[in-house]
Amino acid sequence: MATTAVPANQAPKLNYLNNGHTIKSWLLTTDHKRIALLYLFSVTAFFFLGGFFAMLIRLELLTPEGDLMQADTYNKVFTMHGIVMVFFFLIPVVPAILGNFVVPLMVGAKDLAFPRINLLSWYLYVAAGILFLHCMLNGGVDTGWTFYTPYSTASNSNVVEAGLAIFIAGFSSIFTGLNFIVTIHRMRAPGLTWSRLPLFIWSTYATSLVMILGTPVIAITMVLVVAERLLHLGIFDPALGGDPILFQHLFWFYSHPAVYIMILPSMGVISEIVPCFARKRVFGYNFVALSSVAIAVFGFLVWAHHLFVAGISLYSAMVFSFLSFVVAIPSAVKIFNWTATLYKGSISYATPMLYAFGFIGLFTIGGLTGVMLATIGIDVHVTDTYFVIAHFHYVMVGGVLMGYLGGLHFWWPKITGRMYPEAWAKLSALFVFVGFNLTFFPQFILGYLGMPRRYWQYPPEFQVLNVLSTAGASVLAIGYLLPMIYMLWSLKYGAIAGDNPWHAAGLEWKTTSPPPTLNFDETPVVTWEAYNYDEIPDRPLEVPVAQ
Amino acid sequence: MPNSQPNHGHVAVMEPEAHGPELVHQFSDVQQQKNAASLGMWLFLVTEIMFFGGMFCAYLIYRLEYFNAFAAGSQQLSIKMGAINTAVLIISSVTVVLAVKAAEAGKRKLLVGYLVVTVLLGLTFLVVKGFEYREKFEKHHVPGSTFSFTDKFDDNGKQYSVNSKEAELFFSLYFVMTGMHALHMIIGCGLFTVLAILAWKGHYTPAYFTPIENSGLYWHLVDIIWIYLFPLLYLISRHS
Repeated sequence: MATTAVPANQAPKLNYLNNGHTIKSWLLTTDHKRIALLYLFSVTAFFFLGGFFAMLIRLELLTPEGDLMQADTYNKVFTMHGIVMVFFFLIPVVPAILGNFVVPLMVGAKDLAFPRINLLSWYLYVAAGILFLHCMLNGGVDTGWTFYTPYSTASNSNVVEAGLAIFIAGFSSIFTGLNFIVTIHRMRAPGLTWSRLPLFIWSTYATSLVMILGTPVIAITMVLVVAERLLHLGIFDPALGGDPILFQHLFWFYSHPAVYIMILPSMGVISEIVPCFARKRVFGYNFVALSSVAIAVFGFLVWAHHLFVAGISLYSAMVFSFLSFVVAIPSAVKIFNWTATLYKGSISYATPMLYAFGFIGLFTIGGLTGVMLATIGIDVHVTDTYFVIAHFHYVMVGGVLMGYLGGLHFWWPKITGRMYPEAWAKLSALFVFVGFNLTFFPQFILGYLGMPRRYWQYPPEFQVLNVLSTAGASVLAIGYLLPMIYMLWSLKYGAIAGDNPWHAAGLEWKTTSPPPTLNFDETPVVTWEAYNYDEIPDRPLEVPVAQ
Repeated sequence: MPNSQPNHGHVAVMEPEAHGPELVHQFSDVQQQKNAASLGMWLFLVTEIMFFGGMFCAYLIYRLEYFNAFAAGSQQLSIKMGAINTAVLIISSVTVVLAVKAAEAGKRKLLVGYLVVTVLLGLTFLVVKGFEYREKFEKHHVPGSTFSFTDKFDDNGKQYSVNSKEAELFFSLYFVMTGMHALHMIIGCGLFTVLAILAWKGHYTPAYFTPIENSGLYWHLVDIIWIYLFPLLYLISRHS
């Protein structure tokens, strides 16, 4: 193909990557694409840190006895696994990396509305990360990532620093969300009406709403916990007249919607991938778009389903149970619409599509077990067991991470201008899928049989399933390390991708790869509907491969 | 936006297209930039409301639970100082509005004057608040090991004794809520000092005074939060 080869003697076109090579030009950049890459490096580092703690957990649980570490150490290890993965990986991963990169491109803008605030978000993220690393090296924290009071006000581990780190990371997330909302409202290219927006933009918009409405509440909750420890206030401490359940309400008022901060952007990614590799307009565009907003709205009304055994009244438990069923409806709308998009589509199985299939299957399992857990009777039975662990890992890892890896492969040619090696990518997608199921499916059974979470020992009859789970985690680890290696390799040796290797719709594919600093040589004017695959020539059977 | 990077060999560095001093590169016109800044500020104010909302929620729950203790604690606050501060803040909101008007009309000295007066009013508020805090320390009404509370809730002459732990909770919330509010006031005073200096240097013209407008919105929000805090904290069960 003519677009795939650049004569060797010709200087490459000026783009955001070669426009300035100094360290300063990266650390003080206001270019959303460079900031996305800064996030890519820092979030990936935290992912491997969180993964390291996960491996420690799985190693300890290989045998029924507590032989690798003591109970106190184990408490700290699972706490830090949770905090790192939730606050430093899952929440920023898709919005801050992929969102930062593609949102301005998708709406045809030169940058986000507030580029300097965007850079500030990254610095806040890094500051929070460093503070948390400092907390970790000073003995860490052992409260669980949920910081439940009164233990978190009494624990002699490093709760203050961890709380402040989460407070600061929260502001990073608030500024990112604020930037996206303003950009989507004010900076769309001429002709790009709301009904022509890519669905990734819709889900980013819904995510941003949750970010700016929910995050301040966790911020003040963390401030109150820190104030309790430092100033001996008694707002959550029953010994001083306070109410620990109030903490749980405030905490979950953010932390339940936070799971939608994690999953919605990945759903947006899947909505981009499925139409592209089925060569079809997405089925029921309006429903998919509005279901994102519905998830964001209903997501705020279900938090107390985390409190069914905490002593809330039966009537409020019934209301929250009902509302939790309701939030399953817009999630199901998405699953059905993606499936309907596949129907009679011209499907090809490139790596992004494999991850999309993985997402649809695993998220369905994660979501349906969520409906089971929203049922009060079942929830009381399996509260604090591995059933809950397996459920939210199916959503968080099976959902969010699948969406992230799918999106990263999908936009990699745009980000770097190079193709990743397809065969290796398919192999690692297989490792991820098999490893994931092997790790977490046994945990459903373990939980149903009654194995509690957060213990470093367990009765010997649970060992077989735990060994399976640990074996799966090892396979999963390979599945995560492989992309690291071959994507770095592709930076130098990958085939030149061309502007639009997937023949995808969407404005981000109409500029060059990698895009110029200001994204488009001319501001695009949009005259077509989203996902007009019936008007786009089919993509070639072969994607470019390395010479 | 300053975006100049060193030129490397054959690679020509892309400069953002030339435009007026007030228009940054990512926007296509001044109106779009202004609308974006204004929407951004409103969204930020929404996050502030959610931030304070957590504390208001805790306040509401404990006030319902421990009403007598909250009323007794409230009666120990200085209604006079609270009222003076309320008046100070309302006047400062007026001066902010006048500052925005002056900026719109391009009256530089008047603008600087109103900004300075606003800062002074903000500082007045903080000084009065400081005196109030000192009184709390003297009366051992600061939560912690030295806390003691022996006062009763006086309901139109009828006296009710209250649990001192519950009263301590009232003062915990009092300090956290007014403390967070005071922190926002300090930030606001800093912000307006910077604006006053920039306005003195002639940064703002009738065509471009968005920072004045948006900082004004922030100042109003901080005022409104106080207007809620005052009755909630100072005026519980004051019929007489």
